Amino acid sequence: MQKAVETVDTVAIRFAGDSGDGMQLTGTQFTDTTALAGNDLATFPDFPAEIRAPAGSLAGVSGFQINFSSEAVFTPGDRPDVLIAMNPAALMVNLADLKSGGMLIINSEQFTKKNLTRAGYEVHPNTDGSLSKYRTFEADITGMTLKSIEELRLNNRIAVRCKNFFALGLVYWLYNRKTDHTLEWIKGKFKDAEIAEANIRALKAGYHFGDTAELFDHSYVVKQAKIAPGNYRNISGNEALGLGFLAAAELSGLNLFLGSYPITPASDILHFLAKHKNLGVKTLQAEDEIAAVCASIGAAYAGSLALTTTSGPGLALKGEAVGLAHILELPLVIVNVQRGGPSTGLPTKTEQSDLMQALYGRNGEAPVPVIAAANAGDCFYCAIEAARIAVEYMTPVLLLSDGYIANSSEPWAVPVMKDIDPIKVSFRTETEGFQPYMRDDKLARPWVLPGTPGLEHRVGGLEKDNLTGNVSYDSDNHELMCKLRAEKVAKIADDLPPTEVFGDAEGELLVLGWGGTFGAIRAGVSAMRAEGRKIGHLHLRYINPFPKDLGDILKRYERVLVPELNLGQLVKLIRERFLIDARSLPKIQGKPFKEEEIITGIKNMLEAN
Amino acid sequence: MAHSVYPEIAPTDPAGQTRKEFATDQDVRWCPGCGDYSILAQVQRMLPSLAIPRENYVFISGIGCSSRFPYYMDTYGMHSIHGRAPAIATGVKSANPNLSVWMVTGDGDGLSIGGNHFMHVLRRNVDIKLLMFNNRIYGLTKGQYSPTSPVGKRAKSTPMGSIDHPVDPAGLALGAGATFVARTFDTHVKHIQAILKRGADHKGTAFVEIYQNCPIFNDNEFISLTDKSTKADTVLELEHGKPMIFGKLKDKGIALDDKGHPIVVDVEAHGEDKLLVHDEEDLTVALILSQMGQNGLPTPIGVLRAVKRPTYDEMMQEQVETAQAGPKNSVQDLLDMGQWTVE
Repeated sequence: MQKAVETVDTVAIRFAGDSGDGMQLTGTQFTDTTALAGNDLATFPDFPAEIRAPAGSLAGVSGFQINFSSEAVFTPGDRPDVLIAMNPAALMVNLADLKSGGMLIINSEQFTKKNLTRAGYEVHPNTDGSLSKYRTFEADITGMTLKSIEELRLNNRIAVRCKNFFALGLVYWLYNRKTDHTLEWIKGKFKDAEIAEANIRALKAGYHFGDTAELFDHSYVVKQAKIAPGNYRNISGNEALGLGFLAAAELSGLNLFLGSYPITPASDILHFLAKHKNLGVKTLQAEDEIAAVCASIGAAYAGSLALTTTSGPGLALKGEAVGLAHILELPLVIVNVQRGGPSTGLPTKTEQSDLMQALYGRNGEAPVPVIAAANAGDCFYCAIEAARIAVEYMTPVLLLSDGYIANSSEPWAVPVMKDIDPIKVSFRTETEGFQPYMRDDKLARPWVLPGTPGLEHRVGGLEKDNLTGNVSYDSDNHELMCKLRAEKVAKIADDLPPTEVFGDAEGELLVLGWGGTFGAIRAGVSAMRAEGRKIGHLHLRYINPFPKDLGDILKRYERVLVPELNLGQLVKLIRERFLIDARSLPKIQGKPFKEEEIITGIKNMLEAN
Repeated sequence: MAHSVYPEIAPTDPAGQTRKEFATDQDVRWCPGCGDYSILAQVQRMLPSLAIPRENYVFISGIGCSSRFPYYMDTYGMHSIHGRAPAIATGVKSANPNLSVWMVTGDGDGLSIGGNHFMHVLRRNVDIKLLMFNNRIYGLTKGQYSPTSPVGKRAKSTPMGSIDHPVDPAGLALGAGATFVARTFDTHVKHIQAILKRGADHKGTAFVEIYQNCPIFNDNEFISLTDKSTKADTVLELEHGKPMIFGKLKDKGIALDDKGHPIVVDVEAHGEDKLLVHDEEDLTVALILSQMGQNGLPTPIGVLRAVKRPTYDEMMQEQVETAQAGPKNSVQDLLDMGQWTVE
């Protein structure tokens, strides 16, 4: 019997299981297939800091949410429509988020007395009415997986691990997805032919189970989104940063050098660039964060496009060295993929609480340009922009990303390299009139390759005499140099493009954001504008220096709201700099904003006197 | 293939280089009588013998008295931050292996705040020359005990004497897998030149510990090793392949007792053929030497260890070249991976 197919616009699905259950992989495969089907989408992987917390424990629950639609999508979705819970702990952690009337699929085999107790359930939740708000489907996913591959005689431990593909197959059926992309992927991924075969069989078994079992009476389809014609791919923020720096090296003609120390959630950038040595990239996994940035400073001095990547605690360690790069006036890009702090904080969760650290986390007067990426795809362009500013102004540049955009992915219009402006670099070779700290019209000093005859000179962290760079303790000279270095950074604003505002160019409210909150703010502002409110959304890429037109834009609105995943950092800068009564919408839970939180914030702001 | 922005630069001819060319116009600001003056002079005197174009030298230092060194060398150079010179030098050499990278540090900079990087630059065997001026005191901060000061050292921060057990730089370097470990003196002009030349010719991290007198805060720390009346009996000059003999009358030798511990013996009574023979490639010999200088044993100077091992910078370069010889792809190819077209 052919089952009915229902068309829906937007669906959010959350896959949740033990951290060893392969939920991230399942989510990623569903994402790729969904993108190929032409939906717009956004994802949110949410995993614990522990690599393998005790099996079945609440601490070990790993989740992956995807929101896909035939309309434009800005966020991974506030609440899932569908929850796949591979064990009781996954259910316990995630059920409260599931929409009322939402679909709940549970792996019944895992709902043993022992596992229920471990997850904190006194009785099976299907016996006490706590699942009554949902359309609950109980399926023995583990058992059916084992049955589908029993002929292969794999050992039980390996066989059980195929169950995520059964679950994926079932969801593929539910949303009328083709399985071919994942089948091809499995063949390429698993070197062991038997394991590949087992996963293929599990995937197919899950798909057929949906089709034939009486459990589901119909499936769903989400039509293609209206996306501008062109070439697209999926991209995560960390991947986009890696690609962006490779692009920056090509656009500048410089060799890329990365000094880095492993840290969540930034390590993937190191992994990515280490794979691309064929493009001339040198990567150095240093002994610590300080050595990583210092090696990059050495590479910058030797003429490389120098990069160091880290997350909050690592940036704290790098502070002194960034100050050195500032006084040396050498180009260096420092990427901070922010995570929950303070201290070790929430390593796998997202936050925007390092803005002040990025701006001020050094001794002395040591301003550095700070830019922030708005979403995964924007990471690519921000990487190029950070590199451009670094080499054109001879300065360290701080590029802020965060754990959310680092790991989440979205369809992305593939850039064409030849359409991107080159980065202008020239090394000084002319000896006539050379002074190490002479300056061009941007106030940048010359970049000289060691090995250039006649330009031998010394640089260092001691205050230097204007022009000659010799050590100077002169008080007037120190003031002059501090001002020159600050003025150089401030002058970057002269070159910035006009700031774009989404929505109303003037009106009741401007929502001012930065970084990874872009999607939620854009969705919230769009929803409120659809209700007829006069609202604009300005998302700042340049935080130091601010764009020159920012002050004028702020004045065109009656109120300014600044949502941030911290206790209010940008809002302080805005209030201080522009003397306006900008208000904060803070959130600091290790999670991105939900669209509804932005909407509520906007409503409260509009209603407040 | 991508364009390159690096200019083609013809190197200068190093023939006829003079010591003077390596001096800058900056006033040298060490205290009168500081051992650093001698080391600076010997480095400037030795460099022309290496026949390296002057523009290819880079001197990197950290913080401390010794770390002012680059300001006095008319080469490329960087006076960086406390303890981090090994990491910066690693970055310079890795980015451009054609440069001759020298690092100058002290016992505080190199072994205390920078102890971590010291270990890692040695184990990686980055091809840099690492000169450590060891005066067993903090000079620039005005006289606190250092990680090489002996137990009981009375200094400003240890009025009742230091309770820190000192670290032995040579032993630490050997433990970290150093491929070249040597020791010399600030004032031993001929010896320091010979050792610097050996270090410069070594491919890999060349660690040279230079005992250096601080006349202000730790005067005469090495007096028994430098004073004419005592040094013959307190210092053992090492020569590769030669038995270890010292003393005014060349009558004392180093042998191993039946437990393998070094002892001082009378050369004639013991027999020269039974003395310990120096072997720069034998780690056990180097480890024994690194523990001497105490318990009545003389302090060895010279090259304790010199072995060949591929350098970090050349292996990094090789990996890049190997990758470049493999499948070609451009940044655009990487961007295009996994793309689909929306009509």
